[in-house]
Amino acid sequence: MYRYDEFDAQLVQERVAQFRGQVARRVAGEMTEDEFKPLRLMNGLYLQIHAYMLRVAIPYGTFNAPQMRKLAHIARVYDKGYGHFTTRQNIQYNWITLEQTPDILEELASVEMHAIQTSGNCIRNTTADPYAGAAVDEHEDPRIWAEIIRQWSSFHPEFSFLPRKFKIAVTGAENDRAAVRVHDIGLVIVRNDAGEVGFKVMVGGGQGRTPMIAKTIREFVPKDNLLSYLEAVLRVYNMLGRRDNKYKARIKILVHEVGVEEVTRLVEAEWEAMKQETSVDLPAEERDRIAAYFAPPAFEVLADTDTGFEARKFEDRDFRHWVRTNVKPHRQAGYAIVDISLKPTGGIPGDITADQMDAVADIAEAYAVDSEIRATYQQNLVLPHVRLQDLSAVYDRLVEVGLATGNIGLAGDIIACPGLDYCDLANARSIPVSQAISERFADLNRQYDIGPLEIKISGCINACGHHHVGHIGILGVDRKGEEHYQLTLGGRADDAAAIGKITGPGFSADGIVDAVETVVETYLTLRLDPAERFIDTLERLGFQPFKERLYGAKAA
Amino acid sequence: MSLKALKANRLIDGEAVWLTEAGGWSDRVSAARTEGDAEGHATLEQIGVQATADSLVVNAELIDVEFRDGAPVPTKLKERIRALGPTVRLDLGKQSEPKSRLQEVA
Repeated sequence: MYRYDEFDAQLVQERVAQFRGQVARRVAGEMTEDEFKPLRLMNGLYLQIHAYMLRVAIPYGTFNAPQMRKLAHIARVYDKGYGHFTTRQNIQYNWITLEQTPDILEELASVEMHAIQTSGNCIRNTTADPYAGAAVDEHEDPRIWAEIIRQWSSFHPEFSFLPRKFKIAVTGAENDRAAVRVHDIGLVIVRNDAGEVGFKVMVGGGQGRTPMIAKTIREFVPKDNLLSYLEAVLRVYNMLGRRDNKYKARIKILVHEVGVEEVTRLVEAEWEAMKQETSVDLPAEERDRIAAYFAPPAFEVLADTDTGFEARKFEDRDFRHWVRTNVKPHRQAGYAIVDISLKPTGGIPGDITADQMDAVADIAEAYAVDSEIRATYQQNLVLPHVRLQDLSAVYDRLVEVGLATGNIGLAGDIIACPGLDYCDLANARSIPVSQAISERFADLNRQYDIGPLEIKISGCINACGHHHVGHIGILGVDRKGEEHYQLTLGGRADDAAAIGKITGPGFSADGIVDAVETVVETYLTLRLDPAERFIDTLERLGFQPFKERLYGAKAA
Repeated sequence: MSLKALKANRLIDGEAVWLTEAGGWSDRVSAARTEGDAEGHATLEQIGVQATADSLVVNAELIDVEFRDGAPVPTKLKERIRALGPTVRLDLGKQSEPKSRLQEVA
């Protein structure tokens, strides 16, 4: 893991002191809310329905046991005993006071954490594959580059007041687990024909009210030139992105309005011109210095299998099921990746109590190499490096604290934004809908039979719940004062990313759960065999059979 | 003309509050001052602007209310959630307080 150097530490400490002064001046009435709001947002502090909400950055979703313990401490002392993991690999606290926020930031700084770049029209916290450094299908660890992007983008003077927020995601693997195609810039680490490592650069993806899949503007940027290329993209966006209408200000609108060819030409021209300037690209020694923090841990030399692990799988059906969904192959023999589901049946997606946070920290410290933990955009956690021989103990400890639900990637693993229960922007509640669906599909055997299925729910068009890229997407809207839910099908956030399409008229809060079940039952009836996933059946047959079941004769 | 109250969040802690008849800010909507005509609405708005300028509250806005059992209750779901707490965590927010404080908005 990356560790702060003296500059990082000083930067964060100075920021805390600066914000403490800003809060004091605001409380004393020396600053108006209009003056203060952008400052608090730069420190991750929003005002929601019930209180202030603090969004804490977890850069590229990577943290460790001491940091998790600090998050638990903050939940306990400054909030109401829990936190909420978000779809951007961050954590939010819902019951924060303004006057205590500087103290919280001070606490975070003590474990090399902060809330910088979690709000505002800047380059936001860069996200990455949560299996980085552990996945079998990885070309190169994306965290090195996510960290380099973090250092380049933090407080970048040219990009601190962009037309709108700007999100970058990086993956270094064959399979996209970072949803890079629905980010402002999506980066995929690739090898060219000469065997050199570089980046495929995609631009203009995003969700919100105008969902778009990112377009490739360059198949290969040498990795040594990544920062200058990103800077060229940001400069073009900063110059040409609209500032007259916040709903048309994201780079996806620029790409859509100007065209990908023209954006590509402008970026290439800017990049070429930049070669006359002092290069922003990192010298090799600095890149190597940062890369050293992400060197593979000192893995033990172990056998491919473990007798105790295999025996328990054979004897214990619940353990076997948990392994089937929540344990993934590791690149190192004798190790595995463990997904910790934050989606218990009927639970609130992404919510975790302070006690559970402490338990995860304890488990990570006891069984995960370097006590490393990851947060996923699916609102779950990951222990990236666990010995096969320790999986049994990890499972038992997770069972004790209610974190061993074996539903990763299944119908119960629902993404949901906080919705109207917390969020000032929301039009409808999302959590109760996710809970009702989770209860409806509570039988894990039924979930295993259904197979991979991504259900995603947002409480407003801003799409924090990623409904556009759900196999089954649900959008809550306000229709004449009543909560109403639109249903979309066919979205996906992987390598074949697609935006879901609305099935037809929406449903009431009660009706949406039945509608989801109807869609699932239709799939089970129509699939070729259990190996054909929901998304494959949908893409093979199209919407019509699903619409007919949902709407009857009206669908014709 | 609809009956309205003035809601806001207290600056210092973000707590949801409502303007009272006495001119203070209560954390109970049941204590809210209500106005039913244009002149009254304008008065409430003006008080909200001043309280914002005085750095007492933020996000001051008029909300629709109706009287139920002798006390004002928000008519819209979002404002009812603000008055009570998250519908998915009944142990949190104002709804978690003693019932006597909340019977008016339940």
